Amino acid sequence: MKNKNSQGAQECPSRCPDNSAFKQQKLPAWKPKLAAPTVLSSFFTIGLFCLLMGICLILYINYSDICLNCSKLRENSSNWDKECNCTVHFTLQENMLGNVFMYYRLQNFYQNHRRYVLSRSDAQLLGQDVNVSIQNSSCEPFTTYPNGTPVAPCGAIANSMFNDSIQLFYYLNSSTAIEVPLLKSGNSWWSDKNVKFRNPTSYNLSSAFAGTTRPPYWQKPAYLLDEEDERNNGYINDDFIIWMRVSAFPTFRNLYRRLSHTNQFADGLPAGNYTFHITYNFPVTKFKGQKQVVLSTITWSGGSNLFLGIAYTVSGAVIVLAGFIITAIHLKLRKKKTYFQR
Amino acid sequence: MHSDRDSETTFDEDSQPNDEVMPYSDDETEDELESPLPAVEPEQNRINTEAEESREPVKKDCSWQVKANDRNFHEQPQFKKTTFLCFKKSKYAGNAIKTYKYNAITFLPLNLLEQFKRVANFYFLVLLILQTIPQITTLSWYTTLVPLLLVLGITAIKDLVDDIARHRMDNEINNRTCDVIRDGRFKTAKWKDIQVGDVIRLEKNAFVPADILLLSSSEPNSLCYVETAELDGETNLKFKMSLEVTDRYLQEESAMAEFDGLIECEEPNNRLDKFTGTLFWRSRTYPLDADKILLRGCKIRNTDFCHGVVIFAGGDTKIMKNSGKTRFKRTKIDSLMNYMVYTIFIVLILLSAGLAIGHTYWEQQIGNTSWYLYDGEDYSPPYRGFLNFWGYIIVLNTMVPISLYVSVEVIRLGQSYFINWDLQMYYPEKDTPAKARTTTLNEQLGQIHYIFSDKTGTLTQNIMAFKKCCINGQTYGESRDGSGQHQNHEEQVDFSWNMYADGKLAFCDHYLIEQIRCGKETEVRQFFFLLAICHTVMVDASDGQLNYQAASPDEGALVTAARNFGFAFLSRTQNTITISEMGIEKTYDVLAILDFNSDRKRMSVIVREPDGNIKLYCKGADTVIYERLHPVNPQRQVTQDTLDIFANETLRTLCLCYKDISHGEYEAWNKKFMEASVAASNRDEALDKVYEEIEKNLILLGATAIEDKLQDGVPETISKLAKADIKIWVLTGDKKETAENIGFSCELLTDETTICYGEDISALLQTRLENQNNKAGSNINSSQRTNEPFFQSGRNRALIITGSWLNEILLEKKKKKKKLPKLKFPRTAEEKEKQIQSKRRADANKEQQQRNFVDLACECSAVICCRVTPKQKAMVVELVKKYKKAITLAIGDGANDVNMIKSKSSIKLYCCLFWTRRHASSHVK
Repeated sequence: MKNKNSQGAQECPSRCPDNSAFKQQKLPAWKPKLAAPTVLSSFFTIGLFCLLMGICLILYINYSDICLNCSKLRENSSNWDKECNCTVHFTLQENMLGNVFMYYRLQNFYQNHRRYVLSRSDAQLLGQDVNVSIQNSSCEPFTTYPNGTPVAPCGAIANSMFNDSIQLFYYLNSSTAIEVPLLKSGNSWWSDKNVKFRNPTSYNLSSAFAGTTRPPYWQKPAYLLDEEDERNNGYINDDFIIWMRVSAFPTFRNLYRRLSHTNQFADGLPAGNYTFHITYNFPVTKFKGQKQVVLSTITWSGGSNLFLGIAYTVSGAVIVLAGFIITAIHLKLRKKKTYFQR
Repeated sequence: MHSDRDSETTFDEDSQPNDEVMPYSDDETEDELESPLPAVEPEQNRINTEAEESREPVKKDCSWQVKANDRNFHEQPQFKKTTFLCFKKSKYAGNAIKTYKYNAITFLPLNLLEQFKRVANFYFLVLLILQTIPQITTLSWYTTLVPLLLVLGITAIKDLVDDIARHRMDNEINNRTCDVIRDGRFKTAKWKDIQVGDVIRLEKNAFVPADILLLSSSEPNSLCYVETAELDGETNLKFKMSLEVTDRYLQEESAMAEFDGLIECEEPNNRLDKFTGTLFWRSRTYPLDADKILLRGCKIRNTDFCHGVVIFAGGDTKIMKNSGKTRFKRTKIDSLMNYMVYTIFIVLILLSAGLAIGHTYWEQQIGNTSWYLYDGEDYSPPYRGFLNFWGYIIVLNTMVPISLYVSVEVIRLGQSYFINWDLQMYYPEKDTPAKARTTTLNEQLGQIHYIFSDKTGTLTQNIMAFKKCCINGQTYGESRDGSGQHQNHEEQVDFSWNMYADGKLAFCDHYLIEQIRCGKETEVRQFFFLLAICHTVMVDASDGQLNYQAASPDEGALVTAARNFGFAFLSRTQNTITISEMGIEKTYDVLAILDFNSDRKRMSVIVREPDGNIKLYCKGADTVIYERLHPVNPQRQVTQDTLDIFANETLRTLCLCYKDISHGEYEAWNKKFMEASVAASNRDEALDKVYEEIEKNLILLGATAIEDKLQDGVPETISKLAKADIKIWVLTGDKKETAENIGFSCELLTDETTICYGEDISALLQTRLENQNNKAGSNINSSQRTNEPFFQSGRNRALIITGSWLNEILLEKKKKKKKLPKLKFPRTAEEKEKQIQSKRRADANKEQQQRNFVDLACECSAVICCRVTPKQKAMVVELVKKYKKAITLAIGDGANDVNMIKSKSSIKLYCCLFWTRRHASSHVK
């Protein structure tokens, strides 16, 4: 009957529907039969993999603590021009080999706030005309000063840039300390440094920024961010670029310096006593925040990251748990003979 | 038969309904069925009352007055109605039709208004407004505007194209021309200029421009053939016949121009097959019925020209009244989707509120003191929270799956295409692919639980073949030779002796031929003569071939059989029928045709034979015929037995009988008949009564048996449906035995099935109801239903129930009408209270009983309802829908299934042949 039917269909061209794979819904399709063994085994493999990932990424986190007197000082904004220095001692129990990175870590700092995230002018950071680019941005209220001078760089992100300076000293012995050589350039993404950020063009940088002023909370204008290195100054300053890349969570860390592998530090940081010399500028206690310094090496999967580790661990645990539940249901229902019949 | 019983005591065991008896006519269940609906056509009622107020009391159903050739008549103030504020307008519509919705100016506002009535569009509009508020906006304004404009634009363009097409159509139709009497001459006029009362002339193959009263035509007796394909989809020709008086006097153009008849009829309505009115002309009155009305949309066929006077024009015509707004049908998915969307919307609001409260808290704790978040505004945290609430609503708007509606529409459109493309639903013999008429009900098809099917044309092919007959107690149709001996091998009868034979009839009984040819038994000849004369078949004698146009295939089969057996129906005029009897042409005067309808279940003709004798010939369903037979009928029992045998062979049977009428009797009856046929109100009832008077004391002639073959693949389909746990209910008007045998032959019933009949069920239901009542009595609050099954499980059960048992069980009583006047005027308040209480109790009982019946029937794997009227078909479908809340599918093709199919929100499947893969157009509608 089938044959006869399809033959008849071929003979009549008039109103007969096409016998094409699409129209007859016969396009090849993957129709997996999800049976218990495949589903369960995939659950357990994925779950265990996630758990393993989590385990190997949770690593030792080093952090610096608060210099109380400086924090107090910074709580009052009228003291903004008073310098405050602070030293923190610590001891490395073992060598940190390989690439060593120094981060600053902020807690309770909401870089992800909707208004904050938008408060920047990409056009301005590309070095385009200040007056034009500022108008189309959402930098308010950090666009201009009351007298009309435009702010460079404008916006709340730039305005709140992290401005502590941290130096690391290594004690060769109990009395002599040498400064650990740290690199301050080459920390940002290539695309940020070369594509998204560009200084306004002029014969020199200070004239390029002429007619603009520093953001209100800054201590020095943008063209003085790094006076030693022309290629790390102005908008293309690495610290600035890194700060401008806002983070998704209120607790985050940004790369501050890299270890320069010279002399004693050719293999990394040797075990021993160290001191951080911190110029404390950035107030955090007002919003119940904390600042930390983090030293970290990298593993095969990149820099160590607490969040990713937790995420992997949790999802791995959930998947394994679900696997067990499904197994239980499967075993229970298999005993009933009527299951899957009809 | 069971009319003398009281509805209060419904469980009298002594008077059981008769299985053979068809239940009372449909009209009595009508109020039952339509009671939940609002009053019919409120607008019409309004017009009626208005018209009555403004002028002297006229009969309510005849308030529409049309005067031929008198335009001023219709401009009289009493025919005005207030349309807008104080503007008066004639209630007679012009013939210009307007189906378009917009014009150049109103397009934009009206279309936008229409579109914003949709929830989705409105939702986006609100979002857009929210986004324009700078304090709130969290997304750029164009994120909503662009898609909204896109959607609105595409819909508007689609609407525009549709409306332009409608404008074109309207223009084309309104500018069609026909001949209208103007200043005494026929002049070509456009359709839109035709008005009520105009006399028009229509040519062959022309469309009828308005509902007109046929006055005369080129054919003898002013017959006029029309094709009503656009109205009801039936392609066979129907004939309309004008009044004799107009036929006689209104042939000339001048006479037509002077015609000044006044027509009084009912207000415009949408019933295509009903019309009652009266023509007043030359101080006499003439009755008008639907046979004299040509409806707009018909096409004139086989008639050179015809004349008529416009009664309803334009928007008043029946076809326009019928083209109401298409009701949007909600499927289960739709309501689920609505439910989900509204729930999600509420969740969204709650979520936003929660987030806003959280934001307020955060703002208070941290945000306010975060120097880096300074934005120059000095808002308090609660205010910021409030603004954020709206912000969150905008940001989270994607949570509300408003695009789901669009996606589902698109999916359904795709599905309908796939249905149309399905090769397995393509019927090669008729070159017909499946066609999904609507895209809204596709997914319902997969959720069907109950299939209500008609038998004829659905389970069976509706190709009728004359198989057997019983004449004067003698059965013919078996394979026999000329002397009446049984033959084992089947040998086709040779009809070559008969010049009118069409050669398609397969008949093996040579003995019957012998009987006819020798003419020994007068009854045999009379039998076929009756078949040739008693029908409403039209004949189309083109190029020497006789083509019969029958309204029902049964009738066609019978007339064709008579033709093959030597009694060929040759032609018909209004008052005569010409028949070739064994080669001799004779013409008979037809005095009256007592037509068929589903209540009467019989039709009769009264003819005057050439020698002057008057005879009544009648054919009809066995039940109705047997009630009207003369008490002395020798063949009564034999024929009854034969009928049962036929029924067991799943043949469709009809009884034939005749009666001699004396001249005096005829004259007396004819007077009554004429009176009844001009009756202004309740004409149908009056006619039925008159018919009843003459159709009695009939003499039984015999019975015919027609075979209706089972469709291909029916048993396979039914077993597949059963596997899918879909219950099949067959609703048919056939005899119980026929229905049961059809059930067996299509394997709906098998030998293992236990069959329950009406009386078993009635008893079961009664005990159940009593139990329930007792329980309710002992515990007043117990409203919980007893859910234990009626049968012990395990066995396959089927239910066969007849229409009269159905009424019995469901307490649909005839007496209701009788009781009504009593109810209306209760004497005292106490009495009134009592009546209300008893009524309430009866209602509760009835509902319980219906619920029990549906529960019981649903425990059976198959249900066959035989001897049911169309109204009952609809009632059964409604019942299941009401108490099971399941999706039902009603399949049927005939006019008698329309009620069932139209019953609310069941899926409709009009089909020629539906089963399995070899099926013609299955139109999902």
